Amino acid sequence: MTIETTDAALAATEAQNREFLVFSLGDEEYAIDILKVQEIRGYENVTRIANAPEFIKGVTNLRGVIVPIVDLRIKFHLENVEYGGQTVVIVLNVGERIVGIVVDGVSDVMTLTPEQIKPAPEFGVTLSSDFLSGLGSLEDRMLVLVDIDKLLTSQEMALVDSVSE
Amino acid sequence: MDITDFYDTFFEEAEELLADMERHLLELDVDDPDAEQLNAIFRAAHSIKGGAGTFGFDVLQQTTHLLENLLDHTRQGELTLRRDIVDTFLETKDMLHDQMDAYRNGEEPDQEAFARICETLKRLALEEIGQSLDGGEPAPKAAEPAPEPAPETQPTPAEAPIAEGESRLTVSLLNVGDENRALLIEELEQLGTVEAQSGDAACYRVTLSTSVGAEDIEAVMCFIVEPDQLKVEAAEPSAAAPADGSSRLTVSLLNVGDKDRALLIEELEQLGSVEAQSGDEACYRVTLSTSVGAEDIEAVMGFIVEPDQLKIERETESAPAPTAPAASETPAAAEPEGSGQDAPLPAAKPKAEKAKAAKADKPKPKAKSGGESSSIRVSVEKVDQIINLVGELIITQSMLDQTVSELDNVNHSGLHNGMNLLQRNARDLQEAVMSVRMIPMDFVFSRFPRVVRETAGKLGKDIELVTEGAATELDKSLTERIIDPLTHLVRNSLDHGIEAPDAREAAGKPRTGKLTLSAKHQGGNILIEVIDDGGGLNREKILAKARESELNVSDSMSDDEVWQLIFAPGFSTAQEVSDVSGRGVGMDVVKRNIQGMGGNVQIMSTPGEGTTIRIVLPLTLAILDGMSIKVGAEVFILPLSAVLESLQPSPDDLYAMAGDDVVLKVRDEYLPVVPVHEALDVTGARTELAETIAVIVQGEGRRYALLVDELVGQQQVVVKNLETNYRKVPGVSAATILGDGSVALILDITDLHRLNRAKKEARRDSRTTAPTTPNPKEVEPS
Repeated sequence: MTIETTDAALAATEAQNREFLVFSLGDEEYAIDILKVQEIRGYENVTRIANAPEFIKGVTNLRGVIVPIVDLRIKFHLENVEYGGQTVVIVLNVGERIVGIVVDGVSDVMTLTPEQIKPAPEFGVTLSSDFLSGLGSLEDRMLVLVDIDKLLTSQEMALVDSVSE
Repeated sequence: MDITDFYDTFFEEAEELLADMERHLLELDVDDPDAEQLNAIFRAAHSIKGGAGTFGFDVLQQTTHLLENLLDHTRQGELTLRRDIVDTFLETKDMLHDQMDAYRNGEEPDQEAFARICETLKRLALEEIGQSLDGGEPAPKAAEPAPEPAPETQPTPAEAPIAEGESRLTVSLLNVGDENRALLIEELEQLGTVEAQSGDAACYRVTLSTSVGAEDIEAVMCFIVEPDQLKVEAAEPSAAAPADGSSRLTVSLLNVGDKDRALLIEELEQLGSVEAQSGDEACYRVTLSTSVGAEDIEAVMGFIVEPDQLKIERETESAPAPTAPAASETPAAAEPEGSGQDAPLPAAKPKAEKAKAAKADKPKPKAKSGGESSSIRVSVEKVDQIINLVGELIITQSMLDQTVSELDNVNHSGLHNGMNLLQRNARDLQEAVMSVRMIPMDFVFSRFPRVVRETAGKLGKDIELVTEGAATELDKSLTERIIDPLTHLVRNSLDHGIEAPDAREAAGKPRTGKLTLSAKHQGGNILIEVIDDGGGLNREKILAKARESELNVSDSMSDDEVWQLIFAPGFSTAQEVSDVSGRGVGMDVVKRNIQGMGGNVQIMSTPGEGTTIRIVLPLTLAILDGMSIKVGAEVFILPLSAVLESLQPSPDDLYAMAGDDVVLKVRDEYLPVVPVHEALDVTGARTELAETIAVIVQGEGRRYALLVDELVGQQQVVVKNLETNYRKVPGVSAATILGDGSVALILDITDLHRLNRAKKEARRDSRTTAPTTPNPKEVEPS
């Protein structure tokens, strides 16, 4: 096993293991930095917002705070977008904002050592590798490590008022 | 701790002091200035100077120093006030404010402005009193007139008669270095007459004859030395004055009603400083630190209460203060019928501690008239957080209420009662919390004496300003935003409304014009009026001007419509553009600003008698009276203030115009129709025009007919910002949380109309370019 040290983000945290929350979208497994996660709740009661992109499901009331809900499955063009008992919303703290993302399920919390995090290959079309912080390899599993901060504040998510408007 | 930690405290204090100073300057009667006010102004300048010196704000310090010296001469009666001198002082005050802002932002103040104001002040001093202000010493002692009874002639200062209101104090400086000592003595000279000084660095004694209290002296000097380096004592060893220069008296009010008590306490505050008060009607105890004797207090209070309702006791040093039991017994004995009150009595507190507390409570000398303010500074964020939490509580409560209402009333009567109680408490709590954000209109009105004075001066008019309802409360965020539009309206009234004195006289009116600012509550709104007794609006002139500006007008327009014309962009009827107003920019901005706050502007005018401009604002932005409407399965909220009426449109009244535009005829008026389901892409809504309900709404002066499925009802909603976590949504101003916990969007009427038009255009474009493309609709899984 060779250690990649080219990634600056990796180098910075080399000495530390990082904890990730693993969730599933269809058959794929994704992971995000656990420190970004505020809470996990069921999918319910979302008020639709007119003229918003399809993957923005709407807004919901999180103890008095109006929080937008993004369905990552629609964003990532997955088939079989269903809302059932297993459908889960991960509430995230992104910058100073609170955003909820809809996923098919949350499996576990993983600790990854720097050696287990591989750089993401440059190939993404729907999910640009800009929004990935790497791939986590765990025995026979592969976790897509999403840089959720970057993804949710990006222009294409349309969650933030962009300057160009 | 770093000294910069105190900057903010200093700035806040200085800001208050400057505001005080301005208020006093404006109230000051130039012909017969009130000594107390002059003192207050002087004290404010002095405190700022002290602080500025400590923190090294040189420019600020030097400016205040010059101002202070001038003020000192004024209060000594050497400088006779004139209107223009007061103006200069006001100008200086503004300059101080600018300088302070500069320091606050970490910049150096404008040197040029500084030099200019110094020049002005110095010239004023030279012209008026014939002396230079450059020296640190304000005036040669010999020139000092009456108030100070030439102490040099008294061989034994300790027994010298002291002018009324003055006392002789010994200020001991412990372990104070030479440099600071010189500074302190200079300070003391400002406060009174230094009669003697001696001692060494370890303990330096200054005997001072002054009208200023020991506490004030301490407050001033604390800028330079630590409190424990300083000891201020009354020089006379008489029983009337214990250690700290004034005696502490306990005044017990027996069986005095609330109203009288408030009066009495006010009186006592005039006589000294009230340090503690507690008790009930039977026996109310006030601890007073004063230099006035007990007999004098009795004499003053005798006007209000009977002598036997009053009991004044002196707290002397000899009293066994630290022994708590003894102290608490004494007041108990004083109680007439053992009312069993167990509140900790002020007398029971160890004296030293109290003295310290008094010192801490009074960090700066304040104008007496301001009284002791019992308020705390809290950041707006914290308040907003509480408001949010209470909003949550209300929503939770209404959710519970909904659940409980389904339960059988007989078996669960306890629960029902509890719910009722909870509802009441929650509502009270909400009201109480909302009131925290409310501040009196005085905050706004208090800046207008200045505006009026200056504007009137520039225009050469005599104006009397009257304010009414200054105690009316309004949400803080609104008060801040109302200032600019209101200033504009006031300037406008002064310039165009009120005529020049000669014209007024010719019209048989008093030469002095009257401008009234009033505020009052009406329902959930606040009415703010700017009333002038000028010539009123000229209908013909406005119409002529409107035609000139190619506005669409006709002679048959109602007065009201004509008056509204002055809000059109670029409109001004002023004969000539003046410095004050008349450029035509502004009135439209005023109107837009006020509409932005959810309010509107009305004009009432009678020729020859005057004009009233009325601003109607909602009391708060945090809560909105809403009308909930249903479109398809979705609920939206319309601001109730925008809703005019709702009606069932008959197909006969609907007219199609070029393409798919539709107008609705309502009583001879054709209103553009905005189908909400089209603008907001709601699926499952009623599309047959006749099945819908038309809600006539008004936004930015235009009326629209919104087509909705159903009216649900009216309710108060807590406004939640969508942009906190999301972004601006077209057609939507904010969101709220309904009783069932779901989110509903609050519609922005004008924006909705804009959105509707944009969508129509998009549809038309897509028809012309690619006629087969269907409108992309979101698939809504539920």
